[in-house]
Amino acid sequence: MLEIKNLHVTVDGRDILKGLDLTLPAGQVHAIMGPNGSGKSTLAYVLAGKEGYDVTAGSVTWKGQDLLALDPSERAAAGVFLAFQYPMEIPGVATMTFLRAAANAVRKARGEPELSTPDFLRFVREKAAALKIDPEMLRRPLNVGFSGGEKKRNEILQMSLLDPSLCVLDETDSGLDIDALRIVAEGVNALRGPDRAMLVITHYQRLLDYIVPDRVHVLSDGRVARSGGPELALELEQTGYAEFGEAAA
Amino acid sequence: MSAVQETVARVREIDVDKYKYGFFTDIESVRAPKGLSEEVVRFISAKKNEPLWLLEWRLEAYRRWLTMQEPTWANVHHPRIDYQDLYYYSAPKSTEGPKSLADVDPELLKTYAKLGIPLKEQEVLAGVKGAPRVAVDAVFDSVSVVTTFKEELAKAGVIFCSISEAVKNHPELVRKYLGSVVPITDNFFATLNSAVYSDGSFVYVPEGVRCPMELSTYFRINAEQTGQFERTLIIADKGSYVSYLEGCTAPMRDENQLHAAVVELIALDNAEIKYSTVQNWYPGDKEGKGGIYNFVTKRGDCRGKNSKISWTQVETGSAITWKYPSCILRGDGSRGEFYSIAISNGYQQVDSGTKMIHLGKDTSSRIISKGIAAGHSNNTYRGLVSAHRRATNARNFTNCDSLLIGDKCGAHTVPYIEAKNSSATFEHEATTSKISDDQLFYCLSRGLSPEEAVALIVNGFVRDVLQHLPMEFMAETQKLISISLEGSVG
Repeated sequence: MLEIKNLHVTVDGRDILKGLDLTLPAGQVHAIMGPNGSGKSTLAYVLAGKEGYDVTAGSVTWKGQDLLALDPSERAAAGVFLAFQYPMEIPGVATMTFLRAAANAVRKARGEPELSTPDFLRFVREKAAALKIDPEMLRRPLNVGFSGGEKKRNEILQMSLLDPSLCVLDETDSGLDIDALRIVAEGVNALRGPDRAMLVITHYQRLLDYIVPDRVHVLSDGRVARSGGPELALELEQTGYAEFGEAAA
Repeated sequence: MSAVQETVARVREIDVDKYKYGFFTDIESVRAPKGLSEEVVRFISAKKNEPLWLLEWRLEAYRRWLTMQEPTWANVHHPRIDYQDLYYYSAPKSTEGPKSLADVDPELLKTYAKLGIPLKEQEVLAGVKGAPRVAVDAVFDSVSVVTTFKEELAKAGVIFCSISEAVKNHPELVRKYLGSVVPITDNFFATLNSAVYSDGSFVYVPEGVRCPMELSTYFRINAEQTGQFERTLIIADKGSYVSYLEGCTAPMRDENQLHAAVVELIALDNAEIKYSTVQNWYPGDKEGKGGIYNFVTKRGDCRGKNSKISWTQVETGSAITWKYPSCILRGDGSRGEFYSIAISNGYQQVDSGTKMIHLGKDTSSRIISKGIAAGHSNNTYRGLVSAHRRATNARNFTNCDSLLIGDKCGAHTVPYIEAKNSSATFEHEATTSKISDDQLFYCLSRGLSPEEAVALIVNGFVRDVLQHLPMEFMAETQKLISISLEGSVG
């Protein structure tokens, strides 16, 4: 269970999160919605441990463990996974090489043996096929020249390889056409399970047609302003974020 | 503190002291008297029972050297070197000349075993399937201690031995080619080398022969206060091919040690020489104390038509590196290549690059240089591409990329381009980048440690060059890069 209490975060001296509370039980999928600038991506980065996001008050515990005390790589080992809104390019490093390095690092930290090369390749190909990833993509340098859809599918591929227990998806729908969105959503849904908690951050309701959340939270000015069931997302689709501080488009 | 800075700080703590070749072998040695004089030059020549012509050649170089000034144009800084405070010759007592493996001092064999260098032919021959078959010439301080696989190479007609041995057994070849690419008047350090060089490797591949295995030389500086001056001469006769690799290590010492080598390559018509270097001399400690001054002159002469010389270098060691492996593209249709990875960390200084001198028609050259600077180091690429009047249709492509890690290091690119023939086509591309905090964070969030993340990113950065190393050394080099990144990249 993820428990966020009274979380205050500043970035470059500006207060972004101002007392955020959130409880996410294992086995559930919660959506975080909200207008631009409400602190959605900040929440994602804080959970993954990015530098420059200073927690000034509050706590984050994951399975009873103080998440904020861990380094980013320790968080990965502890089961936290962030699917990035803008995955980074690493020139010269084949995607497969990167996947292997990441999978082995996490397995090692968890005290599991490394997978043999043939086992690993089989494992990746199977997961990649489910996400309709062209095997040729895995030979290309990581995210270099990838289309938006390829980048996001690659994030979900990594998510499935690293076997996380807390998945944070930051605007995974941005830059996707409807077909790519469906493939990505299917990939995410395949990973839903009783031991896995997911936090799906999105600006638009569209993604939630495919990944149906158990709860929806609306962020406004660094706090959870409203929480509800999936119907809350539909309501927002109608009314926009006007009542949460953003002018209707 | 940003992630990058923190990584740099963290890694600096483990740092260069991780240099794992820093041990010293306690072995009795014979030295020349300290300092440099005509007597010392005569002493070295006498030790080697050299013919008179070679002694005279050395003395001419020595006299020339007395009139020369140490160059100051490179972007490196060091206290003045006292050339009278060095030993110019040191040899393990037990090994007065190259012997068969069975006679080699076991201490020496142990040293090379510790360095991971396969000197035992039997083991390599009988050994694990797929183990690299590489002939090795091992140079310890000033002399060659052993050369492996000689007989097998001789069957193919390939001569691979120490240069001292070549002077004895193949004087006509040595006399014809020695100094024909790097003349004794060439530059301060090359001239010094010509006067006092002690040993090195000699390779001759006869016409039409493809050398049946990789050749390599491992240089080891052991004795203290000793300069190492080796001389390598490789001749590929018409239509032949040879691939050669050199590796270098030295003990950790507080003092700076001078290494001033000369390498000459000659490729005749349609011949090809591939020369790879993995340079891992002791870089000094994390305060910048000690380390090797690596002032080296390497030049290849594509003397014949359609000949090809390719330099690949991985430079991770030395306190100061000053080297410009170059190609003289004399033969029509000849081709020169230079692939370089230069990593500097701590207080290392690198000023390295190449010269591609296009003299013949339809000559082409390619330069791919990857400089990685970390810590407080300075990394300069300096290159010259020139086309002379006769060099119709000369072509060059140059790509210089620099990667900075942290904010205390520097990367510099100094390209010189001269075209005296209007049909020349020269292209130059250069980039400078930093490992971004975002790239690092992305890797960390996937479970990689900061060191693993930096190593991965850097290995990606140098990939284009790694591919040009002989297969046998690629994995080793990747590991070396990671090690110097643990310690260096930081």
